[in-house]
Amino acid sequence: MRHILDPLDLSVAETDEIIALGESVMSDGGKYSRALSGKILATLFYEPSTRTRLSFESAMLSMGGGVIGFSSEESSSVVKGENIADTIRTVSHYADICAIRHPKEGSALVAAQNASIPIINAGDGGHQHPTQTLTDFLAIHSIKGRFDNLTIGLCGDLTFGRTVHSLVRSIARYPNNRFIFVAPNELRIPGYIRQILIKNGVPFSETSTLEAVIGEMDILYMTRVQKERFFNEEEYLRLKDIYILDKRKLSGANSDLVIMHPLPRVNEIAREVDDDPRARYFYQAQCGKFMRMALMMKLLEVM
Amino acid sequence: MQVDSIKDGLVIDHVAAGKSMDIYHYLKLDDMDCVVAIIKNVRSQKLGRKDVLKIEDPVDIDLDVLGYIDPNITVNIVRNGVIVDKKKLSLPNEITNVVKCKNPRCVTSSENYLPQLFTLADAETRTYRCRYCEQKA
Ligand SMILES: [Zn+2]
Repeated sequence: MRHILDPLDLSVAETDEIIALGESVMSDGGKYSRALSGKILATLFYEPSTRTRLSFESAMLSMGGGVIGFSSEESSSVVKGENIADTIRTVSHYADICAIRHPKEGSALVAAQNASIPIINAGDGGHQHPTQTLTDFLAIHSIKGRFDNLTIGLCGDLTFGRTVHSLVRSIARYPNNRFIFVAPNELRIPGYIRQILIKNGVPFSETSTLEAVIGEMDILYMTRVQKERFFNEEEYLRLKDIYILDKRKLSGANSDLVIMHPLPRVNEIAREVDDDPRARYFYQAQCGKFMRMALMMKLLEVM
Repeated sequence: MQVDSIKDGLVIDHVAAGKSMDIYHYLKLDDMDCVVAIIKNVRSQKLGRKDVLKIEDPVDIDLDVLGYIDPNITVNIVRNGVIVDKKKLSLPNEITNVVKCKNPRCVTSSENYLPQLFTLADAETRTYRCRYCEQKA
């Protein structure tokens, strides 16, 4: 039995397998419409994330399975009374697989330690969010057809977003990729990520202006700049708009650039960019369901 | 001052001066019935001043944690009044309930039945990280 707590829990070969299955689901979803018939997914959402929860539930229903669970909006009192370990032991008897989202970092590991069914970490307080990383992977692969020989730009808050760190570490396992980190000094990519890249001979550069480097990129991954990361309002206002992507900044980019964003956005991407054919973040969001279908089939060992 | 040599037990030597009470707590000696002598500020060629702990007949004592606290510490095993073995301290792969995770968003802060578990992330820099949230110890 496998759990998915961290995207790096998966080897490169396993990641490739899931992405290949995800692409097959994408091209012919009907083929898998009974793949998980009789299986039950439990979605335990201790904090609201309607998008992620619906994506999981729709994925399971599309394969003929059923769904049980709770989300914090509707049953906070029930949720608060019991610890994670006890809840997951009980849920293990009612479901075949479980997706958990919880505000505390490491909560998914606690669930996995006490579960007798596969656990999928659907976000543990900004710590890891492997299904987001895998979704990004499926989007990249289905557009570019490869994970190698890419120049990947990441822009915005590169300090606190640990899902961004996982994305970098995951892509860095493939050959001949290069990273361009675009962030103000206050939000630059942490030293331990730079160390990992240096150790593995992965080239990267750092800058604080997007316009100067956007022309070199195959992929531009925009990140959310969250207000709660800043000490004061002034600092937030000063930094947040520097990295807004608009048509003007985009004018120097390649015609086949892929613009990504995990959504929901705050205001990192101007609405005027949405109509640009290079804007692929809504497509990226759609990939989430296909990837979750593939992941659940793999974890339940039907594929 | 003279403290009698122990007959059977452990001598924990080369403890940094003033740190003996920390060691006493880390080894959870307050929960044990064995005789413990703590000698503070002993003159030492190596350290200038040092602390020494002598523990008579310890039963179940986890010495691994000493490697985490201070690699300079040496542990002598005494039988019938003579040192029969010197234990080499290494960095433990895991330390449990020795340090507490500082991250307020860590799951250990709300699920209080969980052990405070840290694993060795980098031996070169002696970095330990919380098993749950990866916060540095
Ligand atoms: Zn922690």
